[in-house]
Amino acid sequence: MKELMIGNAAVARGLYEAGCQVVSSYPGTPSTEITEFAAEYDEMYCEWAPNEKVAMEAAFGASLKGVRTACAMKHVGLNVAADPLFTLSYTGVTGGMLVCVADDPGMHSSQNEQDSRHYAIGAKVPMLEPSDSSECKEFAKLGFEISENFDTPCLLRICTRIAHAQSVVEQEERVVPEVKPYEKNPAKYIMMPGNAIRRHPFVEERMAKLTEYAETSPINRVEMGDTKIGIITSGANYQYVKEVFGDKASVLKLGMVHPLPVQKIKDFAAAVEKLYVVEELDGIIETHCKNIGVDCIGKELFTPLGEYSQKSIAAAFGMPEKASVSADTVVPNRPPVMCAGCPHRGMYYVLAKNKITVLGDIGCYTLGAVPPLCALDSTLCMGASISGLHGFNKAGGAETEGRTVAVIGDSTFMHSGMTGLANIAYNGSNSTVLILDNSITGMTGHQQNPTTGYNIKGDPATKINLEELCHALGINRVRVVDPYNLDECEKALKEELAADEPSVIISRRPCVLLKSVKAKPPVKVDADKCKSCKKCMKMGCPAIHMENGKAAIDTTLCVGCAVCEQLCAFGAITD
Amino acid sequence: MDTKGIVICGVGGQGSLLASKLLGRVLMNEGYDIKVSEVHGMSQRGGSVITYVRYGEKVYSPVIQTGEADYIISFERIEAARYASLLKEDGVLITNTQRIDPMPVITGAAEYPTEILDELRAKNVKLEAFDALSLAIEAGSAKAVNIVLMGQLAKHFHIAYDKWIEAIEQLVKPQFVEMNKKAFALGYEFTA
Repeated sequence: MKELMIGNAAVARGLYEAGCQVVSSYPGTPSTEITEFAAEYDEMYCEWAPNEKVAMEAAFGASLKGVRTACAMKHVGLNVAADPLFTLSYTGVTGGMLVCVADDPGMHSSQNEQDSRHYAIGAKVPMLEPSDSSECKEFAKLGFEISENFDTPCLLRICTRIAHAQSVVEQEERVVPEVKPYEKNPAKYIMMPGNAIRRHPFVEERMAKLTEYAETSPINRVEMGDTKIGIITSGANYQYVKEVFGDKASVLKLGMVHPLPVQKIKDFAAAVEKLYVVEELDGIIETHCKNIGVDCIGKELFTPLGEYSQKSIAAAFGMPEKASVSADTVVPNRPPVMCAGCPHRGMYYVLAKNKITVLGDIGCYTLGAVPPLCALDSTLCMGASISGLHGFNKAGGAETEGRTVAVIGDSTFMHSGMTGLANIAYNGSNSTVLILDNSITGMTGHQQNPTTGYNIKGDPATKINLEELCHALGINRVRVVDPYNLDECEKALKEELAADEPSVIISRRPCVLLKSVKAKPPVKVDADKCKSCKKCMKMGCPAIHMENGKAAIDTTLCVGCAVCEQLCAFGAITD
Repeated sequence: MDTKGIVICGVGGQGSLLASKLLGRVLMNEGYDIKVSEVHGMSQRGGSVITYVRYGEKVYSPVIQTGEADYIISFERIEAARYASLLKEDGVLITNTQRIDPMPVITGAAEYPTEILDELRAKNVKLEAFDALSLAIEAGSAKAVNIVLMGQLAKHFHIAYDKWIEAIEQLVKPQFVEMNKKAFALGYEFTA
């Protein structure tokens, strides 16, 4: 049966057809749907782990027990899971293990655009890169075979334009390989120096064998066309190259981006007049070519910045842009904003009003950084709000402790905020941490986490109590506020900043987009009472705008949170 | 045939995902190769969103660039203008005339360019601008703007009306099928 699938759904289908039995992941755009779609197949056990390191280690355990297993994460998630990855390269696997990693060139929803291929090189493990949904499925299955045949975890790299682009996939049956019996094997699995020293030569020999495989594997494919131009490329870039050139150029399409073949590249280079390498982000294939003595044109022509397209590649080759028409009037930007009724807004309003320095974190609440709230001072990576606040206060002392906070979401706190909080307690900075608990992992599209009380299937699960957890991590002052109540938030904030010991304020209200949250009727504006002071617009609610000089409510967006009502000094906004 | 391109754009949360699903299903059922590219995540939160649909005998790139779109379907007035440069010279721009203020307009940092569609018309862009929101409400839900617009687009295709209805029945929850069929019909019958 043929179906139109996004790349992520096709990867999930590949896991299913390959007989994968355990999938553990942490959500992150653009990788999230791999695990969401995988969880729709009841034959595979799937879970959201608290972070990517835990997910990869869970997958390791499943492999050790002898079944096929996978984990999925975004590019920066692989930073978190890098620790197990580098030593998994030494242990190898029992059941096949696929590590799916989604890069985000162009940073559609990410804090950097690092190139995950460096991890394959660093960890000395193979990496496959599909160029459409059909290959997503095929390469996922092939990844398990490579993993088992070469005794290694196998990386599957996709990027946003593959992960979130739909194309046609032919579905096949699920075939579950025989489960390998568990046998204790300390020399392979206990990575203490004596054993690891003996495993390292195995890793190097494996790289040599994988390079041989890369020479002959059909996924590294030559498509000869006009030989004036030869292009080496992979992934989405292959599609752009074919779009621009069709058969007016010859192409070496690499399905395996680590290790790279040597002879195959030399032969291809010899068959064309001029060789180009088209690869988004870093010049990894280009560097390899130059290292093996093959002259080519790469990053001098193609930028290391952002996402490519047929347009950017055509432009790099000096082709004219296609004719088009556009308006001369400037169209105002439409940046993403916190939703109407978002529970984060009230707390951010209070922070901005009191001119508090705010070390932020990764999630929907990063949107507190944009106008009109402009409430954030920093956002680095998952968990850095809390650990960063500690360092900020150690450097600033009492001067900063009384007017600086960290904000972090419930899911991000479970991911990597806990250890930072332990550091605050243990090393004693008088820090104030705000956990913005909206009872879900929001930005990635509503995934459950250990604080929500539900698992990936929506079934009841152990619900970790944030208050008790903070107490257990050594914080005595823990209080809960409702972010829809501005006075309560402001009082708590001032008291906890003034307190002479560390504290946690849990700002608790579920995301308004959750199906379980029932919207209240929209608020109303009494135009006669409205003095057009625009104070209600200072919190950046998309449901409020000015109409004929008076505040007006978009009734299709307003969920009746009534935070604006508390801002109006003239009683013009009512339930 | 050459590969054809359709751009669907609007504001996060307006339902462009269902529109691209419907289009994808109908075109796949017609036997075309097809690619649909969308961006999830950040931009869902009230930001500007864009989906590319490309179909033909063999489709390579999943994205549409300057001067490559045969049609643009816009859910909002200024989003139509934002992406107008993607249109081919003889392409058609179908847009809902609804106005949704972006945050820079709400905060007063920018003005909403109310006359921007007239500007495009003056530059000979083939424009089909109409109040799809009113038709959606007439069909039973403001959320059916997506299907009203698909109805308007369908007039340009040599694909049997029933094939579109069949795809709606496959994709929409049973309780919403009748409402969406009505929305599609209203969009199809409307002359913009």
